[in-house]
Amino acid sequence: MFDTGNIFEAHSVKEAIELLRSNPGAKLICGGTDVLIQVREGRLAGVDLVSIHQLPELTGVTMEADGTIVIGPATSFTHLAKDPLIKKHLPFLGQAVELVGGPQVRNVGTIGGNVCNGATSADSASTLFALNAKLRIANSRGERVVPIQEFYLGPGKVALGQDDILTAILISREDYEGFGGYYIKYAMRKAMDIATLGCVVLCKVKDKKILEDVRLAFGVAAPTPIRVPAAEAVAKGQVFSEELVEQFGKAALTEVNPRTSWRASREFRLQLVEELSKRALRQAFSNAGGEC
Amino acid sequence: MHTVGTKVQRVDAVAKVRGQAKYVDDLSTENMLVAKVFRSTVANGWVKSIDVSKAKALPGVELVVTYEDVPRIPFTTAGHPWSLDPEKQDVADRLLLTQRIRFYGDEIAAVVAVDELTAKKALELIEVEYEEYEPILTVEDALKEGATELHEGTGNILKKTEWQVGDLEAAFAKADCVFEDEFVTSRVQHCHLENQISFAYQESDGRIVVVSSTQIPHIVRRVVAQALGIPWGKVKVIKPYIGGGFGNRQDVVQEPLNAFLATLTGGRPVKLEYSREENFTTTRTRHPIHFKIRTGVMKDGTIVARDLEAISPIGGYASHGHAIVANAGTKYRSLYSQEAIRYKGTTVYTTTPVTGAMRAYGIPQVKFALESHIEDIARAIGMDPIAFREKNLVKEGWVDPISGNRVNSNGIRECIKRGRELIRWDEKKAQLKNQTGPKRRGLGMACFSYNSGTYPLFEIAGARIVLNQDGSVQLQIGATEIGQGADTTLGQIAAEAMGIPFDKVHVISTQDTDVTPFDTGAYASRQTYVSGMAVKKAGEEVKAKILERAHRMTDIPLQALDVVNGWVVWAHSGEQVMSVEEVAMDSYYNELTAAPITADVSNNCRVNSFSFGCTFVEVEVDMPLGKVEILEIYNVHDSGKIVNPLLAEGQVHGGVSMGIGYALSEQLLLDQKTGRPLNGNLLDYKLGTIMDTPDIGVAFVETYEPTGPFGAKALGEPPAITPAPAIRNAILDATGVKFNELPMNPQRLVEKFKAAGLI
Repeated sequence: MFDTGNIFEAHSVKEAIELLRSNPGAKLICGGTDVLIQVREGRLAGVDLVSIHQLPELTGVTMEADGTIVIGPATSFTHLAKDPLIKKHLPFLGQAVELVGGPQVRNVGTIGGNVCNGATSADSASTLFALNAKLRIANSRGERVVPIQEFYLGPGKVALGQDDILTAILISREDYEGFGGYYIKYAMRKAMDIATLGCVVLCKVKDKKILEDVRLAFGVAAPTPIRVPAAEAVAKGQVFSEELVEQFGKAALTEVNPRTSWRASREFRLQLVEELSKRALRQAFSNAGGEC
Repeated sequence: MHTVGTKVQRVDAVAKVRGQAKYVDDLSTENMLVAKVFRSTVANGWVKSIDVSKAKALPGVELVVTYEDVPRIPFTTAGHPWSLDPEKQDVADRLLLTQRIRFYGDEIAAVVAVDELTAKKALELIEVEYEEYEPILTVEDALKEGATELHEGTGNILKKTEWQVGDLEAAFAKADCVFEDEFVTSRVQHCHLENQISFAYQESDGRIVVVSSTQIPHIVRRVVAQALGIPWGKVKVIKPYIGGGFGNRQDVVQEPLNAFLATLTGGRPVKLEYSREENFTTTRTRHPIHFKIRTGVMKDGTIVARDLEAISPIGGYASHGHAIVANAGTKYRSLYSQEAIRYKGTTVYTTTPVTGAMRAYGIPQVKFALESHIEDIARAIGMDPIAFREKNLVKEGWVDPISGNRVNSNGIRECIKRGRELIRWDEKKAQLKNQTGPKRRGLGMACFSYNSGTYPLFEIAGARIVLNQDGSVQLQIGATEIGQGADTTLGQIAAEAMGIPFDKVHVISTQDTDVTPFDTGAYASRQTYVSGMAVKKAGEEVKAKILERAHRMTDIPLQALDVVNGWVVWAHSGEQVMSVEEVAMDSYYNELTAAPITADVSNNCRVNSFSFGCTFVEVEVDMPLGKVEILEIYNVHDSGKIVNPLLAEGQVHGGVSMGIGYALSEQLLLDQKTGRPLNGNLLDYKLGTIMDTPDIGVAFVETYEPTGPFGAKALGEPPAITPAPAIRNAILDATGVKFNELPMNPQRLVEKFKAAGLI
């Protein structure tokens, strides 16, 4: 039995904004896989909910004339992974979201919810960081576009006001064209788990051996997902080699500062940072058409 | 036609697949009230004051009771049979609600409200002030000078046991080599699918009915009556289908409180259902045990002396308490022979979640220590680990010097042979030499012995059979179906004993202590062996009555008749004489001699038998990531005659998956400052999913156990015993690194591999 207040079902983004505006303290709910946990735990006890579940204007993946891929935030992980545009242009994002929870969670959980929940462990987030994703946000006063790096403010904290709604996740052509990538979710279980560390490498390969562009992002290495420019700089423009992979792994350590908690020690997390960076780079290089 | 030994479909399969099987919550009635327990948020201390006025004032709240309102009658929750000997009775150290707090989550008050949400909100309105003491989280804390006593006069020691057979020091003195080591096992939880749940109501005549997800309805009845201080006959316990037990429901966790609340609601039923979080930390857990082990060996690999010390922090209350640590000693004794052996076991009160029965009752712990230690010795003396074991394993005819139990059937050597072939041990061992690189493979194995029930402890079982007019029967049993398939295997034993087809046996799954024959319940892997004896006895009695009546109906001499497949036949030829149905009709309606055929038997089982088996496993260890992948795993069991091969295989699958979680991932963690549980939920407690579970190979070496019903021995708990030590030995084989502490999780692996210079 969930301790909720009123539940409003919005039929459009406009209506949802209006409902949020007129019910201060109301919270948006889509798939509910994060919100309902917080309700059960009492963190959102008695909360009013505005549902945007399966709202057509927020669902699905499209491509704009300039090649920008527009991901509807209410798209479920299952639909996202099966979407033809995602499979063709962003297969590594599909691969990442297929690692969320289990099939039931992926069938209702959405990529927009994953981002707006603000968790550093979100399986889609590190890849979206690596893709320089931009977020289109609407409210009663209009619309704005925010880079994802600026959207994450801290653990569970994102740049959303009371009547703000994420309406699209935008990926520019230059951020995906020619890129191959690989996401590693390191968790204690193969399903129904949250990452101990999430690591993604995207890269562009020239002449089957030169790393023309390299991007490295982590979830759970910091309070928010992060990019690791120092490691990217080490590899960018270089010929792929095992020595480079080693340097890349070492460089990844320079920009993370994990803490010891009962879930994992700092030393263990650092070991994972280095090892996963190396493994993700090798696989991303291969996925991008590189040959050793 | 035989029923025993065949893969008949389990009797509850269709009902469970269709969702028609009724569990406690499905039996909820209208106007049912909901209870919730108010729990301590400190681990050690007293309640100085409590104010429930705001909770009582909340609309929808019917009742709030605290420790001040409950009977001052200490009781035990352990699901053991009662003993007439006060010396053998379990420690009665609980009250329904407590002012003295002995672990984080201890039960101080209870709320009864119209629904769950109202009850939850009422809990938040209870105000409490504590006098707080330092938490006692370890054995060392509990025994140090000046530690607060959790139970007055105990010095925080529940019990110590010690036994010795032979001249230990002489045997050690004689040994060519002596090996010593320490092993530590972890606190884990059963995680049965259905959380702890019951509902209770008082009938107009004052009797209390408790419907509970329990393994032990007759024991629940006794404990409820004892806790409330009322005559036992005033309590009736009903046990419907339950969603798993694994020992956690061999403990009377919540029924006494619920029954007490039901006496205060004017007859309205009260439901008490624990959340998953409560289930993790306030029901029962597996005993963490610290072992010190010492073994003396001759150069030829003969073990001459064995010595083991075990000490366990058991939590705030005794529950099954010392019995589990004592059992670890018993089973330590019964796997290998030697000249002299000693065991010391100590149980210590700590302010940690209460420990209790959990599948194999102390034996996954002790066999982890023993079988890891045995592996290390074999390697140290340069002997093949399998050959070393084979040289020292107990043989048929071995008699336990303390219990007097005798090994009448022993397939352990055949089990090892079979496991070795299945995993292609010799071939792979040769291939796996001289590995390099970050990922390495290894092979491991481990053996166990186990008992079928608890004899020489008390083992009473009951069964009742009623022959219907159509030649079918109802079978009532006091032992319980808890998902393990007892209804089906006991139905098979009944059919076999009577000579009627299995589909003519209608098993009454529900236990109702008013009408169900007396049996202490489902635990100790006792159902097939112990309860099976009672069922067989009842079946034989019914068969004898059928034959007697058929003899009187036909004048064919009694010894010339038999019952086969639902027919009375000429025993020598199988020629049909008349159907059992015809005999049954005569028994009901013969105007002169009518006396419907029934049997109502009790069997006091004063014998035991030994089950054996082993695990063989191949792992791949990804050292930089601390991950262990199980490539192949086989459990091979000697459980005597297998009554139902399909159910037996399922039993092994479940046990092995439990053993793998014990080995690699599961551990209930407590905050070291406060004693607060850190990961008591299914996200943070790493119970494996089906994705983490490898294909599990199962094989049986079928021996014939002369004391068992149709040759059967125990299988329920044993599959969970040896996966952990076998995996530990395989990791050692792969990497050369010894892990003596459970679980062998990634962080521990990475730490040790770093220390060993492997990464």
